[in-house]
Amino acid sequence: MSAGLRADTTHIDVDAIVVGAGGAGLWAALELAREGIPTAVLTKLYPTRSHTGAAQGGVCAALGNVEEDHWEWHMFDTIKGGDYLADQDAAEVLAREAIPAVIELERMGLPFNRTPDGKIDQRRFGGHTRNYGEGPVRRSCYAADRTGHMILQTLYQQCIKAGVKFYDEYHVVDLVFEGGEANEGGRCSGVVGYKISDGTMHVLRAKAVLLATGGYGRAWRVTSNAHSLTGDGMALAWRHGVPLQDMEFYQFHPTGIVGIGILLSEAARGEGGYLLNNDGKRFMETYAPKLMELAPRDMISRAIYQEVREGRGIGGKDFIHLDVRHLGRKVIEEKLPDITDFARVYQGVEPISEPVPVQPTAHYAMGGVPTNLETEVLADARGNVVPGLFAAGEVACVSVHGANRLGTNSLVDLLVFGKRAGIRMAQICKSTPQPGSVQGAERAVRDELLALSTRPSGVRPAEIRRELAALMMDNVGVYRDEALLSAAVKGIAKLKGEYANVRVEDTGSVFNTDLLEARELGYLLDTAEATAVSAYARKESRGAHSREDFPERDDAKFLAHTLVWQGAAGAPATKLDYKPVTITKFEPKPRVY
Amino acid sequence: MATASTVELKIQRFDPERDNEPHWQTLTVPVEPMDRVLDVLTRAKELFDGSITFRRSCAHGVCGSDALLINGRNRLACKLRVEQLGKTITVAPLPGLPIVKDLVVDMDGFFEKYRSVQPYLVASPVEGSGERIQSEEQRDRFDDTTKCILCAACTTSCPSFWAEPEYVGPAAIVNAHRFIFDSRDENAEARLDILSDEDGVWRCRTTFNCVEACPRGINITKAILEVSSAISTRE
Repeated sequence: MSAGLRADTTHIDVDAIVVGAGGAGLWAALELAREGIPTAVLTKLYPTRSHTGAAQGGVCAALGNVEEDHWEWHMFDTIKGGDYLADQDAAEVLAREAIPAVIELERMGLPFNRTPDGKIDQRRFGGHTRNYGEGPVRRSCYAADRTGHMILQTLYQQCIKAGVKFYDEYHVVDLVFEGGEANEGGRCSGVVGYKISDGTMHVLRAKAVLLATGGYGRAWRVTSNAHSLTGDGMALAWRHGVPLQDMEFYQFHPTGIVGIGILLSEAARGEGGYLLNNDGKRFMETYAPKLMELAPRDMISRAIYQEVREGRGIGGKDFIHLDVRHLGRKVIEEKLPDITDFARVYQGVEPISEPVPVQPTAHYAMGGVPTNLETEVLADARGNVVPGLFAAGEVACVSVHGANRLGTNSLVDLLVFGKRAGIRMAQICKSTPQPGSVQGAERAVRDELLALSTRPSGVRPAEIRRELAALMMDNVGVYRDEALLSAAVKGIAKLKGEYANVRVEDTGSVFNTDLLEARELGYLLDTAEATAVSAYARKESRGAHSREDFPERDDAKFLAHTLVWQGAAGAPATKLDYKPVTITKFEPKPRVY
Repeated sequence: MATASTVELKIQRFDPERDNEPHWQTLTVPVEPMDRVLDVLTRAKELFDGSITFRRSCAHGVCGSDALLINGRNRLACKLRVEQLGKTITVAPLPGLPIVKDLVVDMDGFFEKYRSVQPYLVASPVEGSGERIQSEEQRDRFDDTTKCILCAACTTSCPSFWAEPEYVGPAAIVNAHRFIFDSRDENAEARLDILSDEDGVWRCRTTFNCVEACPRGINITKAILEVSSAISTRE
């Protein structure tokens, strides 16, 4: 069989499968290896290409190495930063377990920057405060401005040491269920992997499957995300009856490179950088007088939009300035080397002597596949578990980030919950029999791939992708309202219709990226739909979801997590449900910084 | 932003299911002022020929997917601005590795060499609940070699590697260096043994191609010399 794939199918039996080899997947794999669980890690890239490696500024943990700090403060900041939508039991786990996770990373060899007395150094980061909001605290543990790179490298190194079995460049194109779909009480019993180098299908059977596939930033035109971040895990789960949670909460990072969205880390502001408008004024004074440039990201992104709208963008245009000149050459070159390089290479701007033009960029999904604290995927608002399926990292929604994630907490999330996933999966693997055989499990997805690559005519995937990205940017961005979101829902439905006729030009079976990009576009359309539908239904403003027609937070109606299910047989998604937020220590209050 | 400007993009093509030999395809591709080579490749794929095949992911020089031979030098397509290249851009796969398809090379051998130098910390368990102590000076000692993103631009630019494909290559040595000079590691001897092999550091002829090629600005030749020197001076 030509046309994108070969006829042969390989069957592989393991106990555990990890899909994705970023920080969450790698740490889970490491825990599974420690317990001697036969595990397969599948990644559509090489592990070291994963987007965890792009994280820059650091990983917060209340070590208190340079000033007083407590995990309770970190927990509070996370909850307040998330506009009280985070589940507080989850935020507590995050803040508590960040500390041993960071220490363990150091012991694995991560080269953190050091204090003069040789401990892990820490710096300030947006929204992280001392004593419940009094002022910025130095909580972010870092390795220059390539902390994510060092986390990814260190975990991969330890996986090599532990003999973890990797399937590099295997694209997971489907999940396998037995006994019905997730919403019918079914159990996840494996995955279908497509080997990119030769187009063969591989059906892997296992007792436990972890989704660790990251986010879907490529649904937006201006994004910090890698090309590979196309919502694979979220969409595959959704197609099998798993709801997606809190998808309306999508973070725009305030300081992306103008036009192309590459991130200039919050570390620049953590080290003392300013944000300036066209008048040369530090405009955050107006919006967050206490934390200024270290206010949470959603507030700063809105502030930038506001400045631009009121004509105070630089030269009247749609960007403002990030200014680090006053930090001096030494700090800039030693503590912010990578982002200095980005400004030079991608903008031709010299941060030592010039301010850097920046604008908000689509960055991070607070929502995703709902899980409990043990990373088990949830089937509904009542907390019923989907047996055999787990999720951790950006693909998941525990929820620790609520309506807006604080800087560095993405890394904390993937470390803490990646580790928890591995531990829980190992327990399940030891106590569960292997699921039944999955003969023919690849047939459905094989037919879908064949349809893509044998259609004689049709629209190119790139055209739909471009339209989708523009639509999401314009209508499901920093500010939203009913008209914008309604148009987005309709527009996505139209694009889904066109996608049914998408045409792939490459008909070979070796490294057919044309085919896989078309497949990924399908995932983007699904995650975009879930986002727009959830955003339309939430008639309030909270965290990153800012409705101009409903500018206030409405705790009476919306202190709840959204769940949205995929429509049946290609119909638009209409089924939504809400589940209460877990509140333990901190009653919701107005969010002022 | 759109301009009428174009470049001649010359791509080395090879489809193992159709071709016996690689051949060249030339396309006239529209470009915008801040475009990088990756943007041009992407646009060529989107506008003219969906079968043009290359790897890419992060698109800003940190994942290492898109190292290619561009106008005769190994570079990351996502870090190289078109305006630095003139009107013709010639893109070929990294030299010295087997071609899978078009610009995609087989990286398995490269990663195998990386793994062969035991690129992971080996250290005795630590007492207590805190981190190990490491001074700023000790940390600085290996800072440069922690930057490696395993893109293979260095190894595939090395004449010694072209001549002797068994040579472990600069990237693997860089990653060995990162641990050999880490004050916390206790496994330097084993790595020095591996690298004192005939396919180890002695194959380096200090041509500095690797330093030129490294998109992370690592002083690779210096790292290799420090490893050779450590081998020479040990008891």
